Amino acid sequence: MSGDTFFFYAFSALALLGGLGTVLLRNAVHCALALMTSLLGVAGLYLLQGAEFLFAVQIVLYIGGIMVLFLFVIMLVNLDQASKLQQFGRQTPIALVVALAAVAAIFSMLSKSAVLLPASVSLTPLTGGNTETVANVLFTDYLLPFELVSILLLVAVVGSVMMAGKRTE
Amino acid sequence: MPQGYLPIFLFLIIAMAFPVIAILTAKLVRPSSPSKLKLEAYECGIEAVGNSRGRYAVRFYIISILFVIFDVETVFLFPWAVRFHQLGWFGVIEIAVFLAILIVGYVWVYKKGALEWV
Amino acid sequence: MITYTSTDHFVLLPGLLLALFGCAVLLLDFLFPKDVKGRGWLVGIALSGVGFASWQSWQQYLYLKAHSMTPLVAFNGALVLDGFALFFNGIVLASAALVMLISYRYLEDEKEHHTEYYALVLFAACGAFFLNGGLDMVTIFVGLELMAVSFYILVGFLRTDKRSNEAAMKYLLLGGFSTGFLIYGFSIFYGLTGSTNLAALATVIPARGANDPLLYLAIVTTLVGLLFKIGAAPFHMWAPDTYEGAPTTVTAFLAVASKTASFALLLRVMLVGLGTAREMWEPLLTGAAVLTLTIGNLAAISQSNVKRLLAYSSIGHAGYVLLGLIAGNQTGLIGVSIYLLTYAFSTIGAFLVLIALRRRGVAVETIEDLASLGKRYPYYALLMLLFLMSLAGLPPTAGFIGKYYIFLSLVESGKYGLAIVGALYVAVSLYYYFRLVRSMFLTESIEAQVLAPSNGVRLVLALTGIATIAMGILPEPFLRMAAISLGR
Repeated sequence: MSGDTFFFYAFSALALLGGLGTVLLRNAVHCALALMTSLLGVAGLYLLQGAEFLFAVQIVLYIGGIMVLFLFVIMLVNLDQASKLQQFGRQTPIALVVALAAVAAIFSMLSKSAVLLPASVSLTPLTGGNTETVANVLFTDYLLPFELVSILLLVAVVGSVMMAGKRTE
Repeated sequence: MPQGYLPIFLFLIIAMAFPVIAILTAKLVRPSSPSKLKLEAYECGIEAVGNSRGRYAVRFYIISILFVIFDVETVFLFPWAVRFHQLGWFGVIEIAVFLAILIVGYVWVYKKGALEWV
Repeated sequence: MITYTSTDHFVLLPGLLLALFGCAVLLLDFLFPKDVKGRGWLVGIALSGVGFASWQSWQQYLYLKAHSMTPLVAFNGALVLDGFALFFNGIVLASAALVMLISYRYLEDEKEHHTEYYALVLFAACGAFFLNGGLDMVTIFVGLELMAVSFYILVGFLRTDKRSNEAAMKYLLLGGFSTGFLIYGFSIFYGLTGSTNLAALATVIPARGANDPLLYLAIVTTLVGLLFKIGAAPFHMWAPDTYEGAPTTVTAFLAVASKTASFALLLRVMLVGLGTAREMWEPLLTGAAVLTLTIGNLAAISQSNVKRLLAYSSIGHAGYVLLGLIAGNQTGLIGVSIYLLTYAFSTIGAFLVLIALRRRGVAVETIEDLASLGKRYPYYALLMLLFLMSLAGLPPTAGFIGKYYIFLSLVESGKYGLAIVGALYVAVSLYYYFRLVRSMFLTESIEAQVLAPSNGVRLVLALTGIATIAMGILPEPFLRMAAISLGR
């Protein structure tokens, strides 16, 4: 097993186990920490792909920012009460069957299809660093979605303050 | 895997192993005499009142979500900064538009009083 | 090299204007006094934003007409201006304007009148524009999220109302989940083509061959996301709760703008991106359409809440529109366009009657609340009758034209089975619409308090009423409009 393969399985295992922990653990803070390990595993996978910018973003934004937010939200709710509640409805067995069936279907479809890229499309090797490449694409081909993102963020700002803000007047 | 990350990975392993080893060694070496008093939260000698997982004010949430949103904005600045020279004036205008729209959001939040603590 | 050409500007301008006016409404809020008059000014500014965007869209139409409707591609293929985008932009603009006109008094009554509401309506319309005209999957995704996030907030706008909160919560969670599916599908498309452009997708599919499992997986997951957005079964669960809990004005906007823009996206993805893989998605969509018709129409029968009933009927309507896409011929596509146009006016009208009656002190919740409406408020009752007839597809109203074209296209393409199923459910829908009518005209009830409706409500009632009847009697101009959507 080469180094890359080893790291791929290691990071994948981290991501999957973290995901399972997020769903199955009872204490909400533990769930958040499990989610953090899951995100860390995904960050490792990005790194394996050579997507260093995404790796850094994953660490800074998801593990740094969004997890802090999650922990704050968890502290907003009454944990003692929440941990006593029944966390899953009676549909758990059905949901489990459906989820496993979906996973099996997706897995079989992915494994049946060997070639991902058609021959006509060639991947150009990266010249320069990953962040430079992201910048080149982001500010040329994806100029429009990039500017749209700022409006999306503006709406998110408005939404969060409207929903959680104190009632003026 | 891109080259040059092995030292970082080794550091990560060492950093994670360090507390594990320290705690395990301590557990092996120390004498064990558990008592109920030892399990209580230590609050500078003052007796603990209530649960440490009390509910927070919703203001913390607003601050943290605003932090995340403006954090996302900063992330978009990085690629621009890296390619500052190549992108030239057009890049500056582009990022200025991006920031201007978000500053609208900032001014709105400020005027709305969402950042006021009291 | 990065550029921003005059073509880019011309194609973008209506959406840009909506966003700019949205920002202006947010900021000017602090300059105007916090009273009825100050808010009135801001509604005017928001409406003028829609007005400017409409004017610019009209300029775009004139330009396209002068250039024999040749599509105009901008931003390296990320955004396209063609008749199709223009037509659906028009529906979005019209619904945004109508919704703003009726929201003023409604929000005053609910004591939740914040001018951010109008900014969010503008932003949602702006997002919808990028669904109507988007060719690039990244642009489409960001536009979709812009629209969706605006709607999440609008649905939960009545912060002290538990049902509004619940509706927003359900819509947010399920919406996020469905977007996850959509973006998973898009990511596989990217893997297949090495490009995020829908046009590039069309060129790759023939090379992959029929029934390629990976392509199939991408189509299925993309469809999950898109069917959720149009409120089609089996991903319709959010619709009744969200429609019921949301402020009624937002319900009308959600049922019209969000649905039509999502249909525009569905059509664009299926016909432009996956047009050559028709045999792969047609069975899936056929199943979804039949299921949607069944669930929407059968569940509507047992509803006692009017908003819920209209929600289920709107699920049913999504099924009819899907039938037009499945028929796949020119008649079917004209049918889809004209159906969505007629549906827009009838739906806003029907919800508006509920709003107007609520204004009059009758809290319209259950069907019984409509009792003896014909005697108490004959005008409203007649208008409601008109809108319900249109929704049911009876002549001489607008809805008939839409259903006529859908069924015509099914017959033309030889899909008799689907036509029969559709006709069967029209009969079912007549039953539950008639329940409302019977309650309005044939049952007795106590007299309720009388209040005058606002001028905005009066105006929009008149507009939607006239449009609904005009499209039924004189369909020619509207059919020409629908033909624009096909680039003719």
